[in-house]
Amino acid sequence: MRLSIDHRTVYRFSEPQSRLVQMLRMTPENSHDQTVARWRIDVDCDVKMRRGRDGFGNAITMLYAEGPIADIEIAVRGEVLTSHSDGVVRGVSEALPPAVFLRATEATPRDPAIAAFAAEITAAADGVVGMLHGLNRAIHARFTADRARPEPGLSAAAAFDRPTATSRDLAQIFAVAARSLDVPARYVTGYSIVEGATRPTPHGWAEAFVEGLGWVGFDPFTGRSPQEESVRVAAALDAAGAAPVAGSRLGEGEEELDVAVTVSAQ
Amino acid sequence: MGKRPAFDEIMGMSGEAPPRPALAALGRWLDQTPDDELRRRQEAAETTFRQLGITFAVYGDSDTRERIIPFDIVPRVFLADEWARLSEGLVQRVEAINAFLDDIYGERRILAEGVLPPDLILGNPQFRPEIAGMRPPHGIWAHICGIDLVRTGPDEFFVLEDNARTPSGVSYMLENREAMVRLCPELFREYRVEPVDSYPDRLLATMKSVAPPGVRGGSAGPVCVVLTPGHYNSAYYEHSFLADSMGIELVEAADLVVDDDYVWMRTIAGRVRVDVIYRRVDDDYLDPLVFRADSMLGVPGLIAAYAAGNVAIINAPGNGIADDKAIYSYMPEIVRFYSGGEAKLPNVETWRCREPQALRYVLDHLDELVVKLVDGSGGYGMLVGPTASRAEIDAFRAALIAEPHRYIAQPTLALSTVPTLADSGLSPRHVDFRPFVLTGSNGVQVVPGGLTRVALKQGSLVVNSSQGGGTKDSFVLMAEPAGQSQTQTMGGMTQRQGGGA
Repeated sequence: MRLSIDHRTVYRFSEPQSRLVQMLRMTPENSHDQTVARWRIDVDCDVKMRRGRDGFGNAITMLYAEGPIADIEIAVRGEVLTSHSDGVVRGVSEALPPAVFLRATEATPRDPAIAAFAAEITAAADGVVGMLHGLNRAIHARFTADRARPEPGLSAAAAFDRPTATSRDLAQIFAVAARSLDVPARYVTGYSIVEGATRPTPHGWAEAFVEGLGWVGFDPFTGRSPQEESVRVAAALDAAGAAPVAGSRLGEGEEELDVAVTVSAQ
Repeated sequence: MGKRPAFDEIMGMSGEAPPRPALAALGRWLDQTPDDELRRRQEAAETTFRQLGITFAVYGDSDTRERIIPFDIVPRVFLADEWARLSEGLVQRVEAINAFLDDIYGERRILAEGVLPPDLILGNPQFRPEIAGMRPPHGIWAHICGIDLVRTGPDEFFVLEDNARTPSGVSYMLENREAMVRLCPELFREYRVEPVDSYPDRLLATMKSVAPPGVRGGSAGPVCVVLTPGHYNSAYYEHSFLADSMGIELVEAADLVVDDDYVWMRTIAGRVRVDVIYRRVDDDYLDPLVFRADSMLGVPGLIAAYAAGNVAIINAPGNGIADDKAIYSYMPEIVRFYSGGEAKLPNVETWRCREPQALRYVLDHLDELVVKLVDGSGGYGMLVGPTASRAEIDAFRAALIAEPHRYIAQPTLALSTVPTLADSGLSPRHVDFRPFVLTGSNGVQVVPGGLTRVALKQGSLVVNSSQGGGTKDSFVLMAEPAGQSQTQTMGGMTQRQGGGA
């Protein structure tokens, strides 16, 4: 599948900012099932950009801008060829051993309610893969999909108590649930057409590590593994660690964030 | 407790006169100087410390006034040969710590070869995946190590803990010495004491030596700074003292900016590129883009500059994994793995309560053991069995059963003593020791001196300043030059003369 991606991020500030430093995780990389045909990051003001990697091995772009900056638009456009996969992640260079992804974070804490849910769902399951698929379907079935921007700072434990959930919340709940079963799990951010053509944020799903198989993608938004409709960009312990933008600004006032992601299949 | 035979570092194994032969003159000094005179000098020193503002805040104390750490006028002394042997062990240990950090954030050979249980590292909050794969300039991680030791005999040292993040206390080493030279000059005429006042020069040389390769040399040389969280930090005195004595800038996060993956310092004359940062800010607060997003103490983009190899951070981020008390118990294996030989400095025997058998032993012997939180420091969250109340022991028993993986336990050792000026006169008090070890691109050096902490309460084994401990000066005697007698008097020697031997 040839996926065309347009990801625009606009920050507007109530007062001009004197400096901006941002770390962007907005660059997909080639793997067994995705080939980046064309990719560019454009910014509408004078910035310096430097490419690098974070500790999880994700490609990052550091963006440095000098003020006064009243607003800034980061436009990411590209095309990625994806092939049909069974959900197993292949050809991605791994920076860390899977066991790292058993740890809890502030947004993905150990949670007795999620653990009890996971234990109940998987009690009768056969094998780890079957268990994880069952879990994925159960999380999908439990919540009504919310396509809005996720609420900043909402933890998986808090999200679990609500009737609706965003793809980010679902994926973080999946990670907490899998870890409670002693299965390493991580949060993945990327692009997908499963939430519709245009949306206010990139898509999020999860990957779990299965001994003998490797990392396997699970998308609780659909209840199945992500396939050729998805472009994988970054992975970390939770959504904050894989965030498309981690930024810091020097200046007074408020900021307004506007994100539009359009993914289309050609 | 009183029945334990403790080695007294001045009086010897007997703990009574006569003193150890090499320290006969010190024994005479103690004997001949009236207590009132010693007390007068001690008070003079403490007055100076108060004026300088060498204070610390006690955590968990409702009275948050800052206090000075009590100073004791009687020095503790290491003989030259004792020091030489101790130094070998320290160098070996610090080399192993650096090799361990380089490995654990890189290839992880030590896990692949089964020397450490992987979950001990990979599940440890002190192992920071955020900086995995990044390597500091010259591959040096723990530039400044403070290795906490206890002693039970002339050559019997045990490592109590390794401090590979930001070991504090070096200002006490320097200020205590300055006070001793001023108040007890006769001791420096009697003994040739290795000077410690070269520490700032040594530290600055170490910092410059680890500047990113290719940094312009010449008269400017690499630009080094000390990064402090600010004046309300309990160790602020030390931050400003160190910057001042090295002649480099003391900066706060707001003074630094990262641009184009380089770190710059704002000055009135414009931006100056910074090559080496001695940071006294914890990892969690170092860069809000990578660690805690709410940190106001950090520099956005600093980790990107570090990952790009454009700045050295002293000590490197992620070092907490080498400090961890659960890792500590594996240090003999770690030293063996990287050095190829046995550890010259042993650990204190340690029970890891995460292991069921060890936990059972610890629960059965709580009244004999010291139990510590794996992630605690400063004497907080610690049980000293022999002096604990029934209620304290019961509270720890419950905590151990609930979360065994958070605790280790050690025997109570017969810690060495040094005569100390108590209310009732000179009396032996238990001490520990923190030597400082510097690692630069040109090797490892042990600073000849250190921080001696003394438990001021009779019989107490807890030396932490937050728990009523004090400090002493730590003399390292120079080796006797061949052919000179030991009784030679170094008339008029001052600390600035340096080691001619």
